[in-house]
Amino acid sequence: MVRINGETRAVQGILLEQYLADEGYQRERIAVECNGEIVPKAEYGTRVLQDGDVLEIVSFVGGG
Amino acid sequence: MFCVRKEPIPPKAEMDRALELRHTKEVQEKLFHARVAVCGLGGLGSHIAVSLARCGVGGLHLIDFDCVDLTNLNRQQYFIHQVGMPKTEALKEILLSVNPYLSIRTDMVRITEENLAELLSEETCICEAFDVPEAKAMLTNYVLEHFPEKYLVGASGMAGYGDSNRIRTRRILPHFYLCGDGDSDAELCGGLMAPRVMLCAAHQANQILEIIIKEGREDM
Repeated sequence: MVRINGETRAVQGILLEQYLADEGYQRERIAVECNGEIVPKAEYGTRVLQDGDVLEIVSFVGGG
Repeated sequence: MFCVRKEPIPPKAEMDRALELRHTKEVQEKLFHARVAVCGLGGLGSHIAVSLARCGVGGLHLIDFDCVDLTNLNRQQYFIHQVGMPKTEALKEILLSVNPYLSIRTDMVRITEENLAELLSEETCICEAFDVPEAKAMLTNYVLEHFPEKYLVGASGMAGYGDSNRIRTRRILPHFYLCGDGDSDAELCGGLMAPRVMLCAAHQANQILEIIIKEGREDM
């Protein structure tokens, strides 16, 4: 299982890029942190979600 | 009781003493030696900078490519006589009228992945105060990836009115804090209004103070 933004999901084995697309995230408006470290954008297409991973996906909305 | 105005600008020692009286000498020394970059000088950045200047944060780096517009005055620190001025210059003028002894660096430039490393090389604390989500994400990803030793305090979601208590500060990573309600988009939630933008800016400025004062301590 993978914990994402506080929720447990059965998405281990899936590419991070695929997960983000499936969930409708806009790649240019997010930052992804996995197990306490930032995931570089260049690794979205190669990073496979592992059992036990803890992710935080930060979405930015407009305004400032 | 009479308030007697002695000189238009008090000497530095007197201003330092006034700040030390309010904040203690120990805290004031940390604040005076701190260097903070404010990226984006709109509703968030202008209020963050004023808060930090009032606290006597000694080094402020103001970065924005834009000029003050009449439509900014509903929520940003600027004044009517500053409309048309570069925001960097207008804000510097305001900050120096609060404390003329601050060291203020300005760069009227759009922050991109190409100039970011050089622009932010001197500051330990970086404030993300942009309005466009893609720019927020770009700065956040770049700083966390390339400057893990720096502190980043960003914001997402402060549009509309009401719901003051939904504005909060979250620690996402040891060196990355995110303020705001996380979801109120300016385009979808009735635009930006002074109180909620100021609430979010105050969260950011308050977090920066905590970082400056507590850095290296175990209760950080």
